[in-house]
Amino acid sequence: MNVLGTIFSINTLAAAIRLVVPIALAAVGGAFSERSGVINIGLEGMILTGAFAGAVGSYYSGSAFFGVLAALAAGAILGLLFSFFTIDLEADHVVAGVGINILSLGFTTWLMQVIWGQKGASPQVAGLPEIKIPILADLPLLGDLLASNSPIVYLMFIIVISSWYLLFKTPLGLRIRFTGEHPEAADTLGINIRFIKYFSVTLSGVLAALGGSYLSLGHLNWFSSNMSAGRGYMALAANIFGQWNPLGGFAASMLFAFTDAVQMRLQGMNLNIASEFIQMLPYVLTVLILAGAVIRSRPPAALGSHYKSNK
Amino acid sequence: MAFNKNLKEILYSVAAIISALLLGALLIKLSGHSALKAYYYLFYGAFGSTYNIAQTFLKTIPLIFTGLAVAVGFQSGLFNIGAEGQLYLGAFAAALAAIIFSNLPGFILIPLALAAGALAGSLWAAVPGILRAKTGAHEVITTIMFNYIGILLTTFLLKNYFKEEGPVDQTKKIAEQARLPELVANTRLTWALFIAIFVIIIIYYLLNHTAYGYDLQLVGENINAAEYSGVDSDKVIINTMLLSGGIAGLAGSTMVLGVLHRFITNFSPGYGFTGIAVAVLGRNKPLGVLFAAFLFGILESGGMSMQLFAKIPADLMTIVQGLVILFVAAPSIFKILKNKSGIFRGDNS
Repeated sequence: MNVLGTIFSINTLAAAIRLVVPIALAAVGGAFSERSGVINIGLEGMILTGAFAGAVGSYYSGSAFFGVLAALAAGAILGLLFSFFTIDLEADHVVAGVGINILSLGFTTWLMQVIWGQKGASPQVAGLPEIKIPILADLPLLGDLLASNSPIVYLMFIIVISSWYLLFKTPLGLRIRFTGEHPEAADTLGINIRFIKYFSVTLSGVLAALGGSYLSLGHLNWFSSNMSAGRGYMALAANIFGQWNPLGGFAASMLFAFTDAVQMRLQGMNLNIASEFIQMLPYVLTVLILAGAVIRSRPPAALGSHYKSNK
Repeated sequence: MAFNKNLKEILYSVAAIISALLLGALLIKLSGHSALKAYYYLFYGAFGSTYNIAQTFLKTIPLIFTGLAVAVGFQSGLFNIGAEGQLYLGAFAAALAAIIFSNLPGFILIPLALAAGALAGSLWAAVPGILRAKTGAHEVITTIMFNYIGILLTTFLLKNYFKEEGPVDQTKKIAEQARLPELVANTRLTWALFIAIFVIIIIYYLLNHTAYGYDLQLVGENINAAEYSGVDSDKVIINTMLLSGGIAGLAGSTMVLGVLHRFITNFSPGYGFTGIAVAVLGRNKPLGVLFAAFLFGILESGGMSMQLFAKIPADLMTIVQGLVILFVAAPSIFKILKNKSGIFRGDNS
């Protein structure tokens, strides 16, 4: 039995890519939100709501595509709600985020009983078909890995790269970062702080919800209660470890997802290690990384604060 | 002035609760049920008989502890989401102490087991506290991770060393004299209620009448000002986490000594997380926590009877809890309503 061979195999990497989607998309969302100055603990609830809305949309329309649209809409609504509370009502970001998470958990668990009459899991819904991309299939090594995947996987790669471009290479990105660093100065320069924050936070809701829809439509094709299972918090950690940069956030998410994939494969191998310790791996790694990484990382200067323009 | 401010906060909290319950009623209506019937059974389940009232108190006790644990953290600017994990460590340590020292008399064994639970919770919370103070690793994330790690750790220890024969992952029952005496027969409502109130009083005194409590709140208000005035903020952060974790540990040990009489895996329905809502609603003040925990105890025990008799999923109460937190977090929502409607004219705030 070759343990190392199993750990570092294409299969483990392929599993990691499946696991990374919701975490990475939420981490990119977190990068937008926090770069504009709003701490977003609510990512967890936004993933969960996305997963639920995706399943509901697919259940009623019979089409996974409409399911994804429903998830995006639900993410936008939740993002707008969170924006309203943190930006206009000046609620403490962390407390309001916890509120969003509890609200999402209650809403999805309650509604699934109203709609489907059962608490554990929804019935099977139409899922997204895998897409084959012929050019990628011809690549050496990566061919097997990337040739056939859910469309959301490809979308994730596009979103990660374009989000990095948007944040760091465009005027809008500069405005978002300026708003999170120094809202007073940004305001003086005529940047519409309120719009920038609303845009960033709502976008974070949409991205996290898209990640959630992958859980219910790209993977298992059903919704189960509390399906997000802490991925939003992992995304939060990945965002910090990735220095509030979508590329860094993706890399950190990939590390978590890979550890999780290793954990799953090790469980199947009947090693002489207690399964509880193997399951702990991703969590212990998160703590170690945070303890090691945060020393040299610096959050946006105005993160968590409130600012009202006098204009 | 201070009295006025407190009164305003209480009014806002009451308004938040009423608004959340009204929205909940709307949801019940929309799902095709009678809101009046639902809330009748909610009230009946919470207060309908001596047994029901005892059950309401029973649900309140762990929330007093976890709510207080989170509140103490908040007072010094720390967000301890790890109360759930600390509760599990506390419960496990209490059960272990009660089983290992089972030949001691009750008046020694009960305090010993309670202390073991508090100590285990403290130590489990100390690690994120030290990490926060020494490396800056944010406690929001580390305490969440420590929940998963802690629950897995207790499951591992139980399964491998302390599991009773049989299909259920649980320890054997603790000795008779280790169990907390019941206040009302056959309700499992025990002296734990007095322990909870006693801890509320101690924390109230600590926060308001000691130098340590003053430093703790100073760090929470302005860490730079605290450092400038000579407070060692690292030390305060670690001590606060020790205190917070210890209180959460007591939630676990009183559950084991009063209700479960053994340690069982996954016994908590999320008391540690509901504690966050309790702390927020109670404005992080010991007395506020007491009332907030009682309200949530009502929602929990009433929610069950609502599910049973009115056929409305008890998860609706989770929605109400989430709404309460959002509303309490944003008191300006009521100011806006007030300005628009003019209901509270004459109050010149």
